[in-house]
Order: sequence, then structure tokens, then C-alpha cells
Amino acid sequence: MLASFDSAPASQAPVTHFSPEHCALSIDRFNLAYAGKPALRELTLSVPRHRVTAFIGPSGCGKSTLLRAINRLHDLNESVEHSGNIELEGQDIYAPQTNVTELRRRVGMVFQTPNPFPMSIYENVAFGLRLQQRLPKRQRDDIIEWALTSAALWDEVKDRLHRSAWQLSGGQQQRLVIARTLAVQPDVLLLDEPASALDPISTLKIEELIRNLKSQLTLVLVTHNMQQAARVSDYTAFLQDGELVEYGPTDQVFTNPHLQRTENYITGRMT
Amino acid sequence: MSFFAATRRRLMDRLWPWLCAASVALSLLMLTALLTLLLVRGLGHFWPATLEEITLRSGDVVAGQAIRETPLPQKAGNERLYFTGNRDIDGASWRWVDVDNITARTTPADLIRLERAPWGDFIGRLESLEVDGQRLTGQAAWDRLTAALALPADRRPAGQLLLITAEGQTLSQPLSTISKALAPNAMLWWQKTRLWGSSVWQFLSEGPRAANTSGGVWPAIFGTVLMVILMSVIVTPFGVLAAIYLNEIAHQNRLTRLVRIGVRNLAGVPSIVYGVFGLGVFVYGIGGTLDTWFFSATLPSPTFGTGGLLWASLTLALLTLPVVIVATEEGLARIPDAQREGAMALGATRLEMLTRVVLPMTVPAMLTGVILAVARAAGEVAPLMLVGVAKLAPQMPVDGEFPYLHLERKFMHLGYHLFDTAFHGEDVQAAMPLVYATALLLVLIVLVLNLTAIFLRHYFRRQRGNEC
Repeated sequence: MLASFDSAPASQAPVTHFSPEHCALSIDRFNLAYAGKPALRELTLSVPRHRVTAFIGPSGCGKSTLLRAINRLHDLNESVEHSGNIELEGQDIYAPQTNVTELRRRVGMVFQTPNPFPMSIYENVAFGLRLQQRLPKRQRDDIIEWALTSAALWDEVKDRLHRSAWQLSGGQQQRLVIARTLAVQPDVLLLDEPASALDPISTLKIEELIRNLKSQLTLVLVTHNMQQAARVSDYTAFLQDGELVEYGPTDQVFTNPHLQRTENYITGRMT
Repeated sequence: MSFFAATRRRLMDRLWPWLCAASVALSLLMLTALLTLLLVRGLGHFWPATLEEITLRSGDVVAGQAIRETPLPQKAGNERLYFTGNRDIDGASWRWVDVDNITARTTPADLIRLERAPWGDFIGRLESLEVDGQRLTGQAAWDRLTAALALPADRRPAGQLLLITAEGQTLSQPLSTISKALAPNAMLWWQKTRLWGSSVWQFLSEGPRAANTSGGVWPAIFGTVLMVILMSVIVTPFGVLAAIYLNEIAHQNRLTRLVRIGVRNLAGVPSIVYGVFGLGVFVYGIGGTLDTWFFSATLPSPTFGTGGLLWASLTLALLTLPVVIVATEEGLARIPDAQREGAMALGATRLEMLTRVVLPMTVPAMLTGVILAVARAAGEVAPLMLVGVAKLAPQMPVDGEFPYLHLERKFMHLGYHLFDTAFHGEDVQAAMPLVYATALLLVLIVLVLNLTAIFLRHYFRRQRGNEC
């Protein structure tokens, strides 16, 4: 068993801890505010390595904000203030000596709407690689094939690698974006509602892909879809109003939540 | 009552699209009228016109080309304007004739028209040609004359023409003064067409003659296009960088908004004001300083301290800068943040994100800006008059002499050429068709420049959207 799960008194939020060797990300009393308005409050949470962790919660609860904080995408917005720690493999990502571009390579991110670049399929996947280093074409081709295969897209696009990525369907585009992220070999993959703009079949493909990918890396999934969280994730964190309400193994959170608030949300009795 | 109200509403709803359609139709009509006028007047000028010989009630015989008719001011009837040439004999090239006074109107095949270096055109008959000691008359003289004129100017034989006007006056004319001879009444339509083509080509490829009232406009075409290209080369990087700063780098606050409003309003500043600025800052300020630093040997005659190609291009670049900034900024604003974040999330720096993802996507918008800038710059005349356009530039701005591109030289411009031809020639009547032809050419050049930019934009869009 990877996780040592402490069960807490029923009146309090139970806490799930992972020992450092199993922990990919650890978030410690993290606060974040947009232009003075708090969005995340005293968030403490650790994400296990090579597992799928789902963040669920109502709109505006801060789950996407948290995801973007892990990638330091808030850096672009001056009105964002934060405090507390986020550690990736034991290193504080907000430390002054952190190389932000290297951090973002290690922490890949996939957004709600597929955002392939206006280039060929090949160039999309090569984009991140080209930023890192100059590789011989042969080696680059191999990595691109591997990334597209990992994203379960290779068979569909291998004959048209040099066609525009914008000609792909929405689901294919989203898998292309995942392949593009995988190509730079990240440690963590953040997925911000990756299937919410897709049709049910594409959604199933993405979910299957997420399950398959956890042997390679750590995945964090933000989703509105409770069934999806239940289907693909190993651990689930329930956030509300910028606070972590409950965090535990998905089976337990969905079948036997400790708190009434969690149960209400999961069963749809939430107002 | 409500029935009528309902009917009225329905009627109005039927009518308003027609109102909009009428506006479009009117605009199209005016545009077509403009282009037709330019086409007919401009291109018609080069058609070898029929020469008439008319006999007046007084017994006078006049030969010339009928130009137009207008009603007589005092009495009924029309008067007709003839281009009669022969300024050295009659003292004028034009003659108004009361149509009622014409008793006979013929088009004899032996009437000829000669283009001569002094005094302009001659219209009349060729009596004889003396060349190589021979004296030729009739068809033989005409054949010999056209053969001699087909040779390059320096290899033509020396000779003397004996000419007779329609009124019977004789005139001796050296062959060396004649540049072109034609007998339009004896020509077939295909000969005329060929001549028309070569006249149009001459107009496009030769320099102006006789104080811009005849000859071609090649230096002006060249000057216009070169100036516009230089302007685009200057304005594009500046405009794009400014737009990037405003949209991607600057904090979006009140100051940025103020700057943006300022930029937009600069587009509305009258162009002559830019000319004044260019004269004061570029020509006298920067140019004068450059002269004292680097060209003091030639002072007081200025090198850069006078209007020139560079200063004109810079002034127009300044004039069109807002257009490029606004178009590029709109293009940047249209790019979804998801694209930017996608690039950043892959570990791209802000510069990499801009140069590899955002800017390639903005190229069509930038080109739209350049199209608008070119369209505006090619037609501007007012500021150019202050900063470097010349009525007649002695040298082309590009030649075989190092450094090949002479930015300090004055240049000719179609717009200014048009203005000068229309208002400053000695013979405005003769220049009017050239004004139309020049105007047509200016429209065509703007069109070609625009089409080039539109084609490029289309090409980049295609490259982005479909095939990579």
C-alpha cells in the first residue's frame, strides 16, 4: 500500500498523507488571492506519485486556480498574490532560484479547450522539444512517435503528420495536446477539465488514456464530472470556497465520505 | 387603426433593405463612374485620333483633331474645339470653331501628324523629304520618313522636310527635330491598336518631356513604388513592436488606454501636419545635423538637409504608423489566451511564446495593417511636397552608381506629377488627358500593391489553416 491513511474524527476533515518517497507534489498551507480576493485558503494536500488525483468541487471553488498555481501560470497576472509552499519532488517551486520554464516542462498542463498551435501535427509535438535542445531529426522523430503513441493518437495521424493540427477533431486535438506535453517528458501532468468540451466517445478515449498514463507519470485532474472522477482517479480532493474539504482514496470519498458537505455535493444535494 | 399600424410596420420592414441596397448601388455607381472616366479619358488619349480637315464659311481651311463640343454662350448652336498643332505658325495649338460655320468636313488620308521637339505637334501634309541628296515626294517621302524614324535617334540620316499646313503655308523642318510621324487617317484598326499599345508603353516607360505635359511617367511610377516600399519596410517593424508592447507587455491600465486612444487619434491628423513635422524634424533637424557632421565639404549645398526619398518615406511611415499599430493590436487581441498559455505550459519563455506561436498567427492582421498603410501612403501628396518630391528629378533614386540606392535624392511621385501636370503646365488642354492617364495609373498602382499584400495575407492564412 502506497498511502498511509489516517482516519480522523468524523467531525473534522480527514487528512491523507503520503510518505516523501511516494509524494510527487506537496502543497503546504497555500493561499492565493486575485486582486485581494482570496481564492485559495490554507490549502494543504499531497499528491501521490504515479497515481491519478482528481480535484472536484463546485464552480469557483479554486480547483483550476490550484492547478495553475502548480504550473506557475499565475506569474503572468500581476494582481495575483500567494503565500505558502508548493513542493515538486521536495523542491519549492516558488523559490527564487527556480527556473520557471524548466518547472513548466516538468509540470505539463492540458487545458479545457484543445489548444493545438497553428502548425502541423508534427510541429505541435516537436514544439516543446525544440525549446529544450537541438536533437538529431531521427531522435526527434522517435520521441514524437513515442509521444503520439502514448497519447493513443499515432495510428490516427501517422499518415498526415505534416498536415495542420487544426484539421483534427476536438478529441484528437486534445490527445495531440497531451502528446505535445508528454514529448518533453514531464513528471506531472495537470489536466484542467480535459474532456468537458468533447463528445462522449472522445471523453472515454481521454479517460482511458489518463488511466494508462499513470504508469509513466503523476496525473492531477480537475473535473466537473463526478462520474469521471470516480472512473479514472485513485484519490479525490473535494474543494469548496477555496478550502480543502475532504481528501482521500476515491472509493472512500465517493462511497463513504466523512463529511456531510462532501456527501451532499457528491449526491447532488448541493445548493 | 391597429390594422394600419401593422401594415405600416410590415411595409417598413419590406422597405429598409431596399434603402440599404440603394446606398450600396449608389456607391458602386459612383465608383464605376470614376473608373470609367479615368479609363476612357486616360487610355483614349493614346488612341491615334482621326484628323479632320474642315472648311469654314470664311474660306479658311483648318486641320486638326476634334476634341469636344460645348454650347455657344450667346446664341444657339455649338462650338467645337480642335487641336490644330502648328504653334510656330499659328501661335496657338487650339482653335474653337463655330459648328454652324463649317461648310465641309473631310478626313483626307494624307493628313499627317508629327511630334517635334520644339513647338509641339505639326498637323498638315508632307510635301517632300530631302535626304542623302535625294528629293522624295508623295508616298516615297512618307515611306522614307517612317523608315528613318524607326532607326535609333543617333543613326538617323540628316534631312529636311518640306511641310504644308492645311491653309497652304509651307514650313521647312529638319528631320532631326522629329520624334514620331503618323498618318492616322490612313491606318487600319489593327495598326492603330498596335500604335496605341506602343504609346501606352512609352507613357509607362519613358521620362516626361516638355515640362511634364507630354512624354511618360516612368520616373514617377518608380519613385512612388520605391517610396511606398521603403515606407512599408520602415513602418512594419515599428508598428508591430509598438502593438506587441501595448497588447502583450504593458499593464492594462488607464495610461495604456490613454496611449491607445492617442494612437488611434493620430490616424486622423491631417497629412500636411505630418509633412510640416517631417520638414522640421527630419529634413532640417536630423538632415541638417547629418550634413554638418558628414557632408560639411559640400555645404552650403545640402545633402540630407533637403527633402529626399528617405525623409519622405519616414514621414509617410509616421503617418501610417497608427494604422499598422491598430491592425496588429486587433490581431493580437484576437488570439486566444489558451494559445499563449499552451506555449508557456510547455516551458516556452515569453519571447519564444511570442515569436513561435503568437506572431505567426498575427501575420495576416499585420498584413492587413500594411495594406491599409500602403493604400494611404501611395495616395498621399500633401506631406510629400514638403519633404522631398520633385516636379522633375534629374536623377533616379536607384542607379548603377555606388551605393545604388540614393536615399538623399529627390524623387518623382505620381500624385504630385498629376497635380503638377494639371495645374502648372503651359498647355493645360494638352495635359488634361495625361492627368487622367496618370490618375488611372495611380489607382492601378495602389491596386497592385494592395493585391500583393492581400495575396500574401491569403497565403499566410492558408498556410496556417490548412496545409502546413
